[in-house]
Amino acid sequence: MIQAEDNRTPIINVVDLEKSFGQTRVLRGVNLEVYSGETMVIMGGSGCGKSTLLRHMIGSLTPDSGRVELFARDIGSLPERELDTIRKRFGVLFQSGALLNSLTVGQNVALPLNEHRDLDAATIDIIVRIKLNLVSMRHAIDRMPAEISGGMKKRAGLARAIALDPDILFYDEPSAGLDPVTSTQIDRLMMDLSGKLGVTTVVVTHEMDSAFRIADRMCMLDAGVVLKVGTRQEFEAIRDGDVTGDETTDLIRQFLRGDAAGPITRRQAGSEFEQEILEAGEK
Amino acid sequence: MSDTNQQLVRNPVVVLGACVLGVFRYAGGMSLLFFSVLGTTIRSMVSGKVRFRWGALTAQMVRVGIRSMPIVMLVQLFIGMILTLQMAPTLSDYGQVDKIATVIGISGFRMLGPIITAVVLSGFAGASIAAELGTMVVSEEIEAMRAMAMSPTLFLVVPRVVATLIMLVLLTVIADLVICCGGFLACRWALGPDAYAGYWDTVRREVTNIDLITGLVQAAVFGVLIGLIACYEGLNVRGGAEGVGRATTMTVVYSLIATIIASGVFTVGFYIFRV
Repeated sequence: MIQAEDNRTPIINVVDLEKSFGQTRVLRGVNLEVYSGETMVIMGGSGCGKSTLLRHMIGSLTPDSGRVELFARDIGSLPERELDTIRKRFGVLFQSGALLNSLTVGQNVALPLNEHRDLDAATIDIIVRIKLNLVSMRHAIDRMPAEISGGMKKRAGLARAIALDPDILFYDEPSAGLDPVTSTQIDRLMMDLSGKLGVTTVVVTHEMDSAFRIADRMCMLDAGVVLKVGTRQEFEAIRDGDVTGDETTDLIRQFLRGDAAGPITRRQAGSEFEQEILEAGEK
Repeated sequence: MSDTNQQLVRNPVVVLGACVLGVFRYAGGMSLLFFSVLGTTIRSMVSGKVRFRWGALTAQMVRVGIRSMPIVMLVQLFIGMILTLQMAPTLSDYGQVDKIATVIGISGFRMLGPIITAVVLSGFAGASIAAELGTMVVSEEIEAMRAMAMSPTLFLVVPRVVATLIMLVLLTVIADLVICCGGFLACRWALGPDAYAGYWDTVRREVTNIDLITGLVQAAVFGVLIGLIACYEGLNVRGGAEGVGRATTMTVVYSLIATIIASGVFTVGFYIFRV
């Protein structure tokens, strides 16, 4: 387990990141550092901005202000060709697996190798089989994505994400929509890859069981703001501790425990609802 | 009704402004896509660093052109027959029934061949391309490609636009001939020997290379427009399955509008320069 150390240079550095879609401010000055070799879990409720943060980290979105640095380079200011050079150094597992439906599982895994490595077909075939074997999907090499289950798609997507032996792996809701057994299998895979390959891992999730299984450090996002970044042990202490009276700590505690009552529920039932009723009355 | 909608209903200036902005935004987006496709195509043909996707191009040519060939031929056959039978009574009154071949040949080669083929392809290929790319957007496939440092323009857009261009030109050549065949069949079955006896000789004599070339140039432009509109709509899908449906419909609508406007511009240009 690798803990955060302030004297190390972060492999991912998010600085004062702001992003709005129309009138909605999704990220409001997010700061986050991820260090080489660690597993960082970003969590938060639906709509808190965690997937938007991930999309900034992989260069899919450009910040309104602030910056995202990968390998000490500000990816928001890079031209597309240089950004592609950085993209080849990380892999992404999307929520749905995002396999290309017109290609077989094997062809999907071979895709980045065909495009970015100068290898002959036989070598690529061997690498594809090795990667699929790592995720226990070797038997499905010739199957089409439409013929396999959601969990298998995610595992195949993971095989594709690690095809180029990346330095960083990003996971977007890896456990979403999976049964508990498959979810645990995916978690094990993530931990194996992180442990065996020394890959830096960033996981966006709101599945707490999964988060506590895999995390070295955790980041709690709420309404586009980072509430807390800390080690897994610190978050476990908050989860298992008593109500403190501190709004932020109690909000994190409620989220981690999944309690029905607490600051999150009060906020939802309070200001937003009252505001909605007042606005409806004015109309 | 939301505040924005109420405002739009109340204020026609807002509606007009929104329309103008929308047109500029669309034209800007299409222009960027066009130059991106042009740049990528040239780079992939000239530079060794970017590979042109010949396999993808062939697959798209089969999908866009070969599969739509029967329907293009059927439609054009009927167009030739209908046009002949519509003109026949009037030309017969003036004793000019032998001119049917001239009218069918020139109108077919210069306008009906390319424009009717473009209309068929808008519905057949354009809608299918938009739906395919839109579904890829919804299922995060496009974002995954970008994350793998693969350009959707090179892998998806260029093969589709180039295939639509090539196949619309080739289909237009076939369409030109089929229209003339339709005219001949109508003359043979419904009109007398005056109409069909010298039909093919007249077509060969009256239709010039310029007629053929002007039609094919139009077809090439229609092909680029349909391909670009379909890809643009598909890649800009928002809002899941509903968005895909909207993109498909708008592709057909915009393709038809663009084809008709482009045809009008060509016709005016040809008229002014006496081509």
